[in-house]
Amino acid sequence: MKRYQNLLMMIAVVVLVAAPLWTIQKPFRGTDDQATALISNIAPGYQPWFKPMQESSGGEINSLLFALQAALGSGFFGYYLGMSVTRAKIRRESGRET
Amino acid sequence: MHIMEGFLPVKHAIGWSIAAAPFVTYGLYSINKKIKESPEQRMLLGVAAAFTFVLSALKMPSVTGSSSHPTGTGLGAMLFGPAAMAPIGMVVLMFQAILLAHGGLTTLGANIFSMAVVGPFAAAATYRVAKAVRLPFALSVFIAASLADLLTYITTSAQLALAFPDPTGGFVGSLAKFASVFAITQIPIAIIEGLLTVMVFNALARFNPVELRNMKVLTAQESQA
Repeated sequence: MKRYQNLLMMIAVVVLVAAPLWTIQKPFRGTDDQATALISNIAPGYQPWFKPMQESSGGEINSLLFALQAALGSGFFGYYLGMSVTRAKIRRESGRET
Repeated sequence: MHIMEGFLPVKHAIGWSIAAAPFVTYGLYSINKKIKESPEQRMLLGVAAAFTFVLSALKMPSVTGSSSHPTGTGLGAMLFGPAAMAPIGMVVLMFQAILLAHGGLTTLGANIFSMAVVGPFAAAATYRVAKAVRLPFALSVFIAASLADLLTYITTSAQLALAFPDPTGGFVGSLAKFASVFAITQIPIAIIEGLLTVMVFNALARFNPVELRNMKVLTAQESQA
């Protein structure tokens, strides 16, 4: 069980992400946008008093920046994991068990 | 959990900023102190930040037909203590507010409070309780990370309900409405975050047992498992 723990969890993550895609055949709406819509519903007179620093760049640029954010994070994580695995291997080979 | 730019009344925006500020300040102090005491923890701190960067960028589909994203703050809270995550969360939220029009500067305080204060404190407290009642390591991490994710979104619901009480149902009626947008969608995503956090913790426990033991995250016995 312990041996397969990570594999099983990875499968569970993929299933949890993929299952809604198959069962719900319509575009997914972000909860942040829905909450904003709900505000206009509860308080119809409310006017946002501050504008985002930029908001007209569109979905393509949005994807770019979100991808960049994920890539920066996973890049660093991958580097650290690779370094740790190699270091553990070298320690093992040189017989200095820590 | 991002409250959009300008979508909190001025008083609330200021109030949440004041509420979040001491956590960020103390968090910076606590990070500085940790790095000074043990500089080798710098890389792991980077890992905690990287995890939050990745997870908060991933909007995932949920069974409700809505999409939402995890927060990734549980990992760092369990490694470094909850305070350290406040400045890290702030960096992520600033990035999204300035470049992505996602969240905002006026709502930064409120968003820091939900994602980078309530979430991490919930994770650290839950992890401690789970360990005290001797739950298995992986299960403790899973519960702590999932709960942190979920509570972040419930906090956002409460913040919005406070600012926009329902004309008939008041705060409670409004909370139910906002929670119905956020909370149920978040359940499968919180489970995903819990699983991913356990996977990362498993990797750290296997390849970096010395660091985790020094940080008193793992006992000697657990790090050999």
